Amino acid sequence: MSRETIVNIVLALLLLAIPLGASAMGEQFYVTLATRIAILALAATGLNIALGLGGLVSFGHAAFFGLGGYAAGILATHAFNAEPLFFGLPGTTSMPVIWLVAIMVCGLVALPIGAISLRTTGVYFIMITLAFAQMIYYFAISWPAYGGEDGLSIYVRNAFPGVNTAQPLPYFLICYVVLMAALGLFWLLRGSRFGAALQAARQNATRLSAVGIAPFNIRLVAFAISAMVTGLAGALFADLNRFVSPSMLSWHMSGELIVLIILGGKGGLFGPVAGAMLYVLFEFALGGITERWQFFLGLILLGVVLFARGGLLGLLAGKARHG
Amino acid sequence: MSLALLLEQVLNGLQLGVMLFLMAAGLTLIFGVMGLINLAHGSLYMVGAFACAAVAAATGSFWIGLVASLIAAAAAGAIMEMTVIRRLYDRDHLDQVLATFALILIFSEGTRWLFGSFPLYLDIPPLLQGAVPLPGGGQYQLYRLAIIGVGIAVALGLYLLISRTRLGMRIRAGESDREMIAALGVDIRTLYTVVFALGAALAGLAGAMVGALQSVQVGMGEPALILAFVVIVIGGIGSIKGALFGAILVGLVDTMGRFLLPKALALMMPAAQAGLIGAALASMLIYIVMALILAFRPSGLFAAQS
Repeated sequence: MSRETIVNIVLALLLLAIPLGASAMGEQFYVTLATRIAILALAATGLNIALGLGGLVSFGHAAFFGLGGYAAGILATHAFNAEPLFFGLPGTTSMPVIWLVAIMVCGLVALPIGAISLRTTGVYFIMITLAFAQMIYYFAISWPAYGGEDGLSIYVRNAFPGVNTAQPLPYFLICYVVLMAALGLFWLLRGSRFGAALQAARQNATRLSAVGIAPFNIRLVAFAISAMVTGLAGALFADLNRFVSPSMLSWHMSGELIVLIILGGKGGLFGPVAGAMLYVLFEFALGGITERWQFFLGLILLGVVLFARGGLLGLLAGKARHG
Repeated sequence: MSLALLLEQVLNGLQLGVMLFLMAAGLTLIFGVMGLINLAHGSLYMVGAFACAAVAAATGSFWIGLVASLIAAAAAGAIMEMTVIRRLYDRDHLDQVLATFALILIFSEGTRWLFGSFPLYLDIPPLLQGAVPLPGGGQYQLYRLAIIGVGIAVALGLYLLISRTRLGMRIRAGESDREMIAALGVDIRTLYTVVFALGAALAGLAGAMVGALQSVQVGMGEPALILAFVVIVIGGIGSIKGALFGAILVGLVDTMGRFLLPKALALMMPAAQAGLIGAALASMLIYIVMALILAFRPSGLFAAQS
C-alpha cells in the first residue's frame, strides 16, 4: 500500500469515527460539524473532477452548489404548501427524488454554461465561469417568489426511506455514504479511458487532438459531471441547514470550494476531504478564539499557496500529486 | 418618459462606466504587463475609500482625503506587490486566484478590525455640491458630472503616459517581452512595483470618489471588482482601450437595462409582473451581454496581441 492509500484510509475512518464517538457521548454538535465536513468535501470532490483532473479552474461552481440547494428548497416548499410546481407536477420531500432533480438541473445548466465557457481558456475561463455564477446569483436575489435575498427555509428536513433524517447521526451517515460514492466515482473516472483523456487534455490538448480525441467534448462532459456532483452536495447542504439563500450561490462560495481543494491537495482522491476537514476545523478552532478568524484563515491560506504547494495531502503523503 | 429623464440615465450610465474604467484600467494593466490576475484589486478600492473617509473626517477636507486615498492605495499596492504578488508571477492562474483571494480575507477582516463594522460616511465637497440644469428641463448632480470629468482626464492621462513617456515605453516593452527588456538593463522588478502601485492608486481613486455617493464599508470592493472583471473580459484582457470601451458599455447597459427593461416589458404584460421580470433580467443583463460577446469573440473585443 502506498503512503497515499494509507492516509486516505485513515482520513475516511477518522471522518466516520469522530461523529460516531461524539454521538455516543451525546455531543450532537460535533456530528453536525462532521456532516458539514462531509458535504463540503462532496462539493469539492465535484469541483475536483473539473479542476484537479481536467485543469478547468471553474470560479463559478457555487452556481451548481446553490442550484442543488434551491432544488431541495423549492421542491420541499411546494410539497409543504401542497402547491403544484409548473406543469402541475407536485413538490416532494423525498430525498432521492430531490437529489435526482438537483443532479439533472445542474447537468442541464452546466451544459450550455460549459459549452460557452470552454471556448475560452486560462483567465478568460476563470472569469466567464464567475460571471455565469453571478448571473444566477443576481437572479436568485431579484426573484422574490422563493425568498429573494432573504432565502428560503425548509421547515422539516426532507425524508429518506427507512432513515430518521431529523436525527444528526443518521443524516451524517447518509452524507458520508454519498461522499464515499462520489469518491468512488472520482476514482473510477480517474482510472478510466475517459479520465486518461481528460488528464491528457489538461497536460497537452494539441497532442490529444492529434490522436483523434476532441478535447472540447471530453472537457464538457467532465464539467457537467463535476457540476452534478457539486449540485448534489448543494441539496444535502440545504437539508443540513434547513435553509437555502443566495449566499450559497455567491462568489465567496466558489472561492471556498477552490480553497478546500488546494488546502487538501489538488488532483488527489482525498484532497477535498482533507481540505474540508482542515477548513471546518480552522473555522471552528479559530472562530472560538477570535471573531477575526477569517484574517488568520487568509494568512494560513497565503502560506499554503506560497510555500506548501501539495496541500495537506502533499505534506502527509509525500510528494505533491499532479496526476 | 421625458428626454431629460433619459439623458439623466445616460449620464448615470457614463458615471458608472467611468468608475469601472478606473478599476479595470489597473486590473488590465497588471494583467497585461505581469500576466497576473489580481482578485485583491477590490481591496485596494476599499483602502482608497476608507483612507479618504478617515482623513476627510479628521481634517474636514475632502481634498486632503482624496490625496490620502491615492497615497494609501498606492502604498498598500506597493507593499502587497513586494511581499506577496512578486512570488506569484511565474505561478499558474490558480495559485494567483487563491493567493489574492487570501489577501481579500486579510484586507477585509483587517479593515473591520481597524474601523469596526459600521460604515463610514463621506460628504460631497462643498465645491461640487448642487446640480446643473440639463437640456430638456432636468437637473443633474454636479458631483457625478465631476466624476465623469475625472474619468475622462485619467483615460487621457493614461493614454499619454503609455504612448508618450519613457515609463510607458517600458511598460509596453514589458508587455511584449519581459526577458528582453530585463536583458537591456531595465530594472524589471521596480517597473512591476511601479505598475502595480499605479493600478492600485487608480482603484483607490475610484473608491474615494464612490465613497461620497455610497457608504464606505467592508466588502464594498467586491461588487466593483466583479464588474471590473466583466469589463476587462469584454474589452480583451491587457487592452486599455478595451477596458475603456468595455467600461462604458457595461455602465450604459447596466443602467439603461434597469431603467428601460421594466418599461419595455410593461408594454407586453401587466405592470407588476413586468417590474419583477424586468428587474430580474436587468440584474443579469451585463452577464448575458458578456456571455454573448465571449461566445463570438472568445478573447474579447480588443484582444491584446499575446
